[in-house]
Amino acid sequence: MKILVCISNVPDTTTKIKFNNEKTEFDKTGVQWIINPWDELALTRALELKETSNGVITAVTVATVGLIDSEPTIRKALAIGADNAVRVNANPKDAYYVAGQIAEVVKKDGYEIVICGIESSDYNGSAVGGMLSEFLEYSSVSSVSGMNIDGGNIVVNREIDGGKETLAVKAPFVAVVQKGIAINPRIPNMRGIMMAKTKSLAVVEPAAMDELTSYETYELPAAKAACKMISAENVKELIDLLHNEAKVI
Amino acid sequence: MNFEFTEEQIMIQQAARDYAQRELIKDVIERDATGRFPSDHIKNLADLGFLGMLVDPKYDGGGMDTVSYVLAMEEISKVDSSCAVVMSVNNSLVCYGIEKYGNEEQKEKFLKPLARGEKIGAFLLSEPEAGSDATSQRTRAVDMGDHYIINGTKNWITNANCGSTYIVIAQTDPAKGHKGINAIIVEKNTPGITLGPHEDKMGMRSSDTHSVMFNDVKVPKENRIGDDGFGFSFAMKTLEGGRIGIASQALGIASGAFERAVQYSKERKAFGKELMYHQSVAFKLAEMAVKIENARNLCLKAAWLKDQHQPYGIASAMAKQYAADIAMEVTTEAVQIHGGYGYVKEYHVERLMREAKLTQIYEGTSEIQKIVISRAVLGK
Repeated sequence: MKILVCISNVPDTTTKIKFNNEKTEFDKTGVQWIINPWDELALTRALELKETSNGVITAVTVATVGLIDSEPTIRKALAIGADNAVRVNANPKDAYYVAGQIAEVVKKDGYEIVICGIESSDYNGSAVGGMLSEFLEYSSVSSVSGMNIDGGNIVVNREIDGGKETLAVKAPFVAVVQKGIAINPRIPNMRGIMMAKTKSLAVVEPAAMDELTSYETYELPAAKAACKMISAENVKELIDLLHNEAKVI
Repeated sequence: MNFEFTEEQIMIQQAARDYAQRELIKDVIERDATGRFPSDHIKNLADLGFLGMLVDPKYDGGGMDTVSYVLAMEEISKVDSSCAVVMSVNNSLVCYGIEKYGNEEQKEKFLKPLARGEKIGAFLLSEPEAGSDATSQRTRAVDMGDHYIINGTKNWITNANCGSTYIVIAQTDPAKGHKGINAIIVEKNTPGITLGPHEDKMGMRSSDTHSVMFNDVKVPKENRIGDDGFGFSFAMKTLEGGRIGIASQALGIASGAFERAVQYSKERKAFGKELMYHQSVAFKLAEMAVKIENARNLCLKAAWLKDQHQPYGIASAMAKQYAADIAMEVTTEAVQIHGGYGYVKEYHVERLMREAKLTQIYEGTSEIQKIVISRAVLGK
């Protein structure tokens, strides 16, 4: 079986978010790009499964929809241990577009297990995994926090309200994974960093798709107001502030 | 000129940062208190390839350049200099010394396990009466035809207990002065070697520092590095590269303390506003930033010269002297910015200040670096 891990190229989580003057585009100046943290955990688990599956998993591929400036992030995934990579040479406009393009990669190369992080840390849409399974007509499991392969049997764990759920899954399927799928993202070692340059990074042109979304404007959230400390005895002042200043009661 | 790092260099920097910020930080205060050696971290750093990162891949190393090494050393040292010094000694003294000056048999037998991090190396130069004055070696390696018999004591030896491959600098022919000195690879399990107690140091307390005593230690002659009498020259040339490692460590100590001071100055309020809005603090931070940037540039310049196979001894002496001295200044100011919190262990900066002090002392004191630099300046 082959695993495809979908990788998003996202700004470092400590990035100070800015927009252009018209507030129609994210300002990428000086931004450091990373693998989306949930995707990095997904890749780590995929590699662990390959290493412990006694040959059941034959390869782990990563796929990204992105322009050439996303390649350093893809090469980091190769350094971490992915066997090869595919970059769909397009601007990732929205979740529908990304899912559609990744679906074409899956259809072409045939992956039995497709893993997506539950969301990306830039737009937090949480939509690609579900859309991708629809495009592919694969079954999908959401909120996966554990995945194991024993022979040909695939078992996944899900966090549900008030407990955990364990499911046996038949390939092919899409797993939408969340925190817990791996303990920590794997750190690339020197050998991996050197070998990343020699691994295949295929660039494919995007399939023709309708654009369903356009961005009108961006806005930053309002700055956090200063915290007012009120004495525990002064309930009257608290009620007054909540009513007249915060206007929440 | 090009001040941009390559993709690989950035990846190595990130890998070192990730490991330091995620793993080393967890127990660094406890290890500082107890002096416990970080065996688990050293194993992990070896698995990541950091212990032999400069060694050619044909000898099982990472094949990385010295610029990458500076970046990695800075990131590890921001959090934990006790681990960084293991990395520095193994890479830039022991592995480099054997790779550059050893023969093929020595590289096969000793360098490969060191580069893989399966074995750790130690560099035995300092003596009770010969620290910076390396010509005054009292340890004797008497030539017995097909082997040497070594007697003497070495002091302040980093990796003395965890290490199993020693490079020992010893006097074979006192009549020839420093030209009678040899560098000999000695395996720690050789009969006649004993260790003194773990040194209870001011800083870098979980690094493994002991004195090492040699009592009629028999070592085969094929373990000598280079020709007879090459030992002093070997030590000086190897230490030129070692200075880049310690300079980068000092840089990391300074930048680690600086990052904490910046963060603290954004959070801590005094007189109704955050510390960063007080000019006295903001100016301190500006001065610290300039010193760190200068130190970083000196380290990278020395590393770049080494990578270009150009002479780098003076540049590495400048980097070591300057980075060590500003590490002391910057960490002291970081403690000052933290006020009372800076004086307690929880906030890390007092530990970084104690660690900074050692960088002015070991692998050539700041004064020795100034001798090297002034001789070059004066054309002596």
